[in-house]
Parts: sequence; structure tokens; C-alpha cells
Amino acid sequence: MAIDTDKNSYTIIFSIVMVVVVGSILAGLASGLKPLVDANKRFEKQQNILYAMGINANEGTSDVAFISTDEVEDKFKSTITKQYVIEGTEASENPEAYLIDIKKEEAKAKDSNYERKLPLFEGEKDGEPIYVIPIRGKGLWDAIWGFVAVDKSMTVQGVFFDHAGETPGLGAEIKQRYFMDDFEGESLFGESGAFKGITVAKGNADPKNQRKTDNAVDAIAGATITGDGITAMIKKDLKMYVPYFKTLK
Amino acid sequence: MGLLSKKDSKLIMDPLADNNPITIQVLGICSALAITAQLKPSIVMAISVMFVMGVGNVVISLMRNIIPSKIRIIVQLVVVATLVIIVDQVLKAYAYSLSKELSVFIGLIITNCIIMGRFEAFALANGTWRSFLDGIGNALGYGVILIIVGFFRELLGSGTLFGFKVLGDSVEKTGLYAIGYENNGFMVLPPMALIVVGIIIWVQRSRNKELIED
Repeated sequence: MAIDTDKNSYTIIFSIVMVVVVGSILAGLASGLKPLVDANKRFEKQQNILYAMGINANEGTSDVAFISTDEVEDKFKSTITKQYVIEGTEASENPEAYLIDIKKEEAKAKDSNYERKLPLFEGEKDGEPIYVIPIRGKGLWDAIWGFVAVDKSMTVQGVFFDHAGETPGLGAEIKQRYFMDDFEGESLFGESGAFKGITVAKGNADPKNQRKTDNAVDAIAGATITGDGITAMIKKDLKMYVPYFKTLK
Repeated sequence: MGLLSKKDSKLIMDPLADNNPITIQVLGICSALAITAQLKPSIVMAISVMFVMGVGNVVISLMRNIIPSKIRIIVQLVVVATLVIIVDQVLKAYAYSLSKELSVFIGLIITNCIIMGRFEAFALANGTWRSFLDGIGNALGYGVILIIVGFFRELLGSGTLFGFKVLGDSVEKTGLYAIGYENNGFMVLPPMALIVVGIIIWVQRSRNKELIED
């Protein structure tokens, strides 16, 4: 039986069948693999948080190296002793704080009646409590985000930055160690005690980053807007945590 | 010769050499430039394209008598897109860091002209087995170039192969670096891939003068 493949009705039926078949294959696949993909995303976030705390597989001057995905979940559970959700100055423990989507919280916070939920992770390093704060902002092309680890007095212990689509070789360098390592030891407060954040500064008189109280790190040449984005997200997002940290003292 | 007849093995061998999709037909250049800074993504890309092309050619060839000719391009596109999404999802599930590294380029396999070109030119008019061989052959031809380019770019640009420091440590000045060798930072950038592809084309055409067009 020969089919007349030129008929309009045949064309329409063929397209419908094709779309249904393809749609079900892909939907089945996507929902089948979803648990694995979600687990990978969770591992990545845990790796990033631990990286900011200084728990990583870096060796000497090697590239950024996370601890392996096989052990990250256990390590995360044993290192992060408490997870908080902060609303105002009130912090309540919540073991699922790392599931809070800051992007969505940011959007909801546009409504001024909404009390924004701020996730905070507490761990221990050398016997001292250490806190990791997720931040999020805009780079040149797309979103940039990261995690900042601070101690009780909000001195930076380590950072991790990532980006969705900054220029390779320029803005994308924010996730390289030579940039991230500079933040270590920087203070978020000025000498008067007011919150100043950390500026990614061009023409910084301190390119080797010896001075830790100048609230500035050296910028990446050619990545002005990405650098400004980092400055802005540190100022904006970390500031929201200041009232809570004041209560810790 | 056993499994493959002479005609069949020509389907595999031709794209590897005298009818290479990248160096002779100059198709699929954009991904060849973008992801060949290192060997590992080059190989993953080559394998992904091989899967899409092999399976895609078979599917199109099986359906060649029932595809309405009016919408055949759309049908081909749907087949490629479906296979690419499958590859993308599987990579996300089983090789997450790699899929982040390849980012949009897995998705962009859809726009790889080699694939649509083979569907349209070969699979629509040939049997399943021959279409499969043609797909694999062309994917191999594409992959070989990717791997050659990736090899030279990673070796000369970063001094590593698969991330191993084969030339010594550039920071601690061991191996070749001890005598003043420097990595060529330009190799890491996409323009250098074009130049490497150009050199391959040059070498290939000077060895086989028949390939030179007037």
C-alpha cells in the first residue's frame, strides 16, 4: 500500500504523531534523570560552599579544585554544623536552608511587606565558628554569584565566585584562584566601624594585596563591569547580614 | 573483507581523509573553534556528535519513505534536536562538570551543519546500514580534526594533555620551562583554532593535489 505523502492531511497527521512521540520520549527521559541532575546541582552547591570555607583539593598553585563529588555530601554534613534562616535579626535553625533560592527571594523582596529569608551556614574552622553567606548579582552579560565565608567579626575567610556567561579570559577569570584568593583576610568594615564592603578596585595602590584593611582588592584588567558587579553584590547582599552579626558580638 | 564491503568501508574512510567534513567541505567550523582549547572536551564533543549523527542517520533513513517531503527539513531538525537533548540530559546526569564546561556547545550540535547535511544528502536516499556507516564516518572525520586541533592547542597553549603537565610546571619552572620555554597564550583563544585547521587543510591539500580547487 503506497501512501500519498504529499497530501496535506497526511502531513498534518505525521507532524502530530511526531510531536507526541518525541515529546513523550523527552519528558520520560527528563523526569527519569531528574533525581541525578538535581543531586549534581546540590553537590555543586555544597562544593562551592565548602570551597569558600577553605575546604578544597587545591594543591600549591593549582587551579581551583573542589573536593570530589563522592565525598562532598558527607563532608558538607560534618562541616556545616548549623544552617540558619535569618529574618530581620532573628535566626532560626533550618536544615534545609541551602535549598533557599536567593534569586526567588530577591524577586519576592521587591514587595516591601515581604521579610526576606536569608540563608546562612555555620561551620567550624580551627575551633572558631565560620559563616558562609551566599550572594548574587549581575556581571556584564549574565548573572554572577558566589559564597563568602566570614568569621564572627565579618572578616573574610575565603570566597568562591561563579558566573553564567562572562567573557572568557576577562570577566570569567573571577573564578580563578589569583582573584578569589585576594579576598582572604579582607575586612568588610571601614576603620570607623561602618560597613563598607569590598571594592574590586582599578588602579589599586596595593596590587599585591598586602593591606587587608583597605576594603579593596585588585581588579582584573579588562573586566571592569564584572568587577563592579562583584563589588555591588558584596555590598548589597552582605549588608543584609550585618544586623544579625552585630547580635553575635 | 568480512563485515564491510568495499563500498561500505569507503563510507567510513572517505570522510576521514579526502572528503573530510571540516577540512574539505568546511562545515561544522564554529564548534571546532569553540571547544578545542583542551583535549577532553574535544573528545566528548566528538563522541556526542557521533551518537547524534549515527542514530540520527538511522532514524531518518528508516523514515525516509514516510516523511512528507514538504516538511522534511523540520522533521530532520526535530530528530537532531531530540537526540541532542538526550545527550545533554545524559551528560548533566552522569558528567556534570563536563557538561558545564561544554555549556551551550552541546545544545549547538543542533546547528552543526554536518548533521543536517548528511541527513538531507545521504540518509534520505539510502538504506539504514549504509546511512549508519555514513553517519559514523562523518562523525569520525569531524572528531579526528577536533582531536588534532585540541591536542595542539592544549599542548602549546597550556603545556598539558588531558590536564597532565607533560611539559613540566610553568609556575615552578620545571621541565621545559626551566630552560625558558613559555606557553603560547594565543593558542588558548579561538582564532588559533582556525589557524590550526588552516594548517591541516594546507598539509592535506599539498599531499593530495587533486583536492585543490581552481
